[in-house]
Amino acid sequence: MMLGKKKNASEKKAFVAGSSQTVKKVLRYLKKYKILFAISLTLAIFIVAATLYIPILVGEAINLAVGEGNVDLDGIYTLLVKIGVISAVTALLQWLMNVCNNRMTFGIVRRLRRDAFKKIQELPLSYIDSHPIGDTVSRVISDVDQFADGLLMGFTQFFTGILTIIGTLVFMLCIDVTITVVVVVVTPLSLFVAAFIARNTHSLFKKQSETRAEQTALIDEMIGEHKVVAAFSHEDEAIEQFDEINERLEKCSLKALFYSSITNPSTRFVNNLVYAAVALVGALICINNPTGPLNVGMLASLLQYANQYTKPFNEISGVVTELQNALACAARVFELIDAEPQIPEAENAHALTESEIDGKVSLENVEFSYSPDRELIRDLNLSIENGQRVAIVGPTGCGKTTVINLLMRFYDVDSGKIEVSGHDVRELTRASLRRSYGMVLQETWLKSGTIRDNIAMGKPEASDEEIISAAKTARAHSFIRQLPQGYDTVIGEDGGSLSQGQKQLLCIARVLLCLPPMLILDEATSSIDTRTEVKIQNAFAFMMKGRTSFIVAHRLSTIKEADIILVMNNGRIVEKGDHSSLLKNGGFYSELWNSQFED
Amino acid sequence: MKPVLRFLKKYKLECFMAPLFKLLEACFDLLVPIVVKYIMDIGIKQRDTSYVINGCLILAALGIIGLICALVAQYFAAKAAVGTATGLRHALFAHLQGFSYTESDKLGKSSMITRMTSDINQLQNGVNMTLRLFLRSPIIVFGAMIMAYFISPESLATFSITIAVLAVIVFTIILAGIPLYKKVQSKLDRVTGSVRENLSGVRVIRAFNNEKSEIAGFMLANNEHTDAHNFTGKITSLMNPLTYVTVNIGIIAVIYVSSAEINVGNMTQGDLFALYNYMSQILVELVKLANTILLITKAVACGHRIQSVLDTPTGMKVERAECGSDSPYAVEFNNVTLQYSGAGAPSLEGIDFKVERGSTVGIIGGTGCGKTSLVNMIPRFYDASCGEVKVFGRNVKQYEPADLREQIGIVPQRAVLFKGTVRSNLAWGKADATDEEMWQALEIAQAKEFVEDKEGGLDAVVEQKGRNFSGGQRQRLTIARAIISRAPIIILDDSASALDFATEAKLRQSLRRLDYAPTVFIISQRTSSISHADKIVVLDDGEAVGIGTHQELLEDCPVYKEIYDSQFKGGKA
Repeated sequence: MMLGKKKNASEKKAFVAGSSQTVKKVLRYLKKYKILFAISLTLAIFIVAATLYIPILVGEAINLAVGEGNVDLDGIYTLLVKIGVISAVTALLQWLMNVCNNRMTFGIVRRLRRDAFKKIQELPLSYIDSHPIGDTVSRVISDVDQFADGLLMGFTQFFTGILTIIGTLVFMLCIDVTITVVVVVVTPLSLFVAAFIARNTHSLFKKQSETRAEQTALIDEMIGEHKVVAAFSHEDEAIEQFDEINERLEKCSLKALFYSSITNPSTRFVNNLVYAAVALVGALICINNPTGPLNVGMLASLLQYANQYTKPFNEISGVVTELQNALACAARVFELIDAEPQIPEAENAHALTESEIDGKVSLENVEFSYSPDRELIRDLNLSIENGQRVAIVGPTGCGKTTVINLLMRFYDVDSGKIEVSGHDVRELTRASLRRSYGMVLQETWLKSGTIRDNIAMGKPEASDEEIISAAKTARAHSFIRQLPQGYDTVIGEDGGSLSQGQKQLLCIARVLLCLPPMLILDEATSSIDTRTEVKIQNAFAFMMKGRTSFIVAHRLSTIKEADIILVMNNGRIVEKGDHSSLLKNGGFYSELWNSQFED
Repeated sequence: MKPVLRFLKKYKLECFMAPLFKLLEACFDLLVPIVVKYIMDIGIKQRDTSYVINGCLILAALGIIGLICALVAQYFAAKAAVGTATGLRHALFAHLQGFSYTESDKLGKSSMITRMTSDINQLQNGVNMTLRLFLRSPIIVFGAMIMAYFISPESLATFSITIAVLAVIVFTIILAGIPLYKKVQSKLDRVTGSVRENLSGVRVIRAFNNEKSEIAGFMLANNEHTDAHNFTGKITSLMNPLTYVTVNIGIIAVIYVSSAEINVGNMTQGDLFALYNYMSQILVELVKLANTILLITKAVACGHRIQSVLDTPTGMKVERAECGSDSPYAVEFNNVTLQYSGAGAPSLEGIDFKVERGSTVGIIGGTGCGKTSLVNMIPRFYDASCGEVKVFGRNVKQYEPADLREQIGIVPQRAVLFKGTVRSNLAWGKADATDEEMWQALEIAQAKEFVEDKEGGLDAVVEQKGRNFSGGQRQRLTIARAIISRAPIIILDDSASALDFATEAKLRQSLRRLDYAPTVFIISQRTSSISHADKIVVLDDGEAVGIGTHQELLEDCPVYKEIYDSQFKGGKA
């Protein structure tokens, strides 16, 4: 009824169109809970009927207590027993209904999250790279939660609310038609008042949240980067800027808070008017027709109804806003669940076996770009023999990882092809392709779990001896042993208290354990101290022996000794060749190389 | 909580008026059943139409007065709440701005931001609801009991027992719910962690073909969360049914007792109706009261958190200045030790060197060896635990912080820009800089070219944190910001890490050619960036293991040689 009051017509239309799609999807999830849903609905009918019946019984009891010496005590006691039994049963049914509703809601939540998570495992990297992690996490967590809240409110309040309204009308009609008409005519007043206030406060709230956002942004900058503020003695200017926003916020917050707080007293006021009107009409009917069907007891029941009648209306309008919000959240969740998954593997995709891998990799006329309007790699041809070393060099942020993305088939080439051991990578299973590479990235990602779990990631069935020997080769064994629980030490999401270098050594141990025939290494030097770096270099050197390797190179030694050097700048491969030929060319590479000796 | 209450004190009138009018409103609400009782007992029984009409007019009037009282109360409550929050926000922001680095470190960025935003908002909400509900609900609950007593003293026992039982049920379930919900939340945190981890580690997970086991792990966490949620739901869903039964039993008891009383003439039919009405009112208000108390507890917790920040003393003491000698040195470290508060071991120990005016100093060493800590002591971001730091012959503690920092242009490790324009960002360094000065600074910082290319030039928009500029561009803009004031000391904290070798070399040259010959500190991990410096300080684990020129250090500082070799010879250790 109040749906869309806050929105203008066109928004409303778009919302309705979009939401019917979403509703269909929600129903698909609800289908599994058909029986629970039916039980819940049946229970709701019983509960509402019983809840409405009790005021009538009370009214009847009051009616039997007319005055001194005129009280039907036996009749009253029978009624009281009835009230007691009915309310006890109703309470039990209420609890059962709540449990049913919880079960449905949380069950749907679980399935939604599970489906969302499975989808994350199938999403193309392009989706994950282009959506901030926080955004996707909030779809899976808070959007699902808000959807659940709305759904639960819908189950518990929407149906009971509607049933209560219908039930009340029926019961009132049974008692007295005139009074029912009075209630039905006056009650919408309270809804109009509530809607009117809501419409007018909406813009105030919007202004408040905008101002708040503006202030938060400033706080984020000036507090978050307080050290810079202090370094430039910028504090006074910051406070001045802050106070200006703060004053504006005070004004619009006061307005928003006050106008919104009018709603309750106003609806309560209308409710009081209804109450007075029912009392008046009821009392007059009683006086004019003392032997008529309406008596004092029934008037008591009617007054009780009048008191409660606006409540379900207010609840339902609250639920509608909530449901609207829940649908918007559901739509965001379904956007993720229904996102296009990565290109499925060909049906007859070949699983590369270890013996087939000969270390040969070739790129033929490869073209690739992340977005069509910005071309990156054009006509790249490479032919790499077994055991060769390919160095990728260039300034930071020039897109060196693009090549890794293509080799691992995190992204597919736009045209041309990449072959591994004579097979087009698109004709191989992703699992077998990726298994043939060992990858160590600069961003040292570890999963939360024990050190052992992390090292054994590529080979869960590895024995303790294998794990320890891999750690030893990676020079990680000594620091692992010093950890409180050794290999069973649990590390947190971001690697916890381990230093950057230690994390890198663990990543290396992880690859060493399954040591695949080809390697992709990102030489991380920027945040590691020299001594650890030497250890890491040694581990790298050990791994690379006799293996085809692709290295994002920072160290001059690696670059010089590489068989092929890919020089990248601004996301493109600008030069290709070995060290001496590139120097001779006098291009970007020689400029890079020489600048480090310049004084 | 005290100074938080101090802000509330400014709104004494509002804090008095809001509950007062709420109380009035509640009283008028309580009168309604009594009026109806008289309509029933006198109006209907004696068939007095005008009595009935008058009674209903009184009902309507009570409604109107109630509405007015409520509006007045809501206005005062809102005013006090918003005003307190505004005052508090200003005080807290100003206080945080006065923090030194030590205090900022201790509190941490995110908790400072939380105090400023959600804590204050919750406090505002708490103040508002307290003023509005804290008096109303108890008045209605106990008022109903008192009214019942006046109607029929016999009903007092029924009312007090019902209220007590309801209170026990409501508070027990709410209190029992808190730890249960916390548990649900912690299970949800695991689900969240799993999702986040799978997004941030997607490349590694796919490289190791671990998708299936990740799904299994997630399902486990997900199921545990659902089970915990279901269990909690079972407990908290008891609230409505239990209170419903209790109220109905109360009503049964009231009718049972009253009907006997009516029979002997101690009570009327209308009295019974009034009692029934009061009984039904209690529950709603009791639930509201419980929720208000929860809200207040939360707000008080927020208030304490805010308070503890406001109680942290800020700023560093400025010592009285001795006569500043005209020292030939720009910066002197005299046997300086720095130990961060709460740290187990010093971060810097026994640092001792002097820097001539106009010279260039390179500082090199591995991660965490104390390079940034060292230069942070020059603008007195941290105080030496031992020894002294002098700038132009005067101990840094004897400068007003603003005066000291005016002498120093600093380029922090993380290139941070602020929302605004290129111009407004450069103005941080020098508020009254002319366009010419700005372009000159940009040129020196190798930033002129790309700023010219940006739409608007100096007025090009800088988004929050400068995210519409690349890392290298941001670094060059922060360099321009630091040198525009022509400060006699410039500190570059690993400020060229995102620049390619060629640009970095150009930057180095143009800095050396500055006409006013500032003293320059360069922190770097690359020996190539500092090899030309007049003096190089090699740090290792908080100690200066070598001080000298490039050549000298190559000869007699093994750590320096090791760093150099690893970068130039590709030496395999």
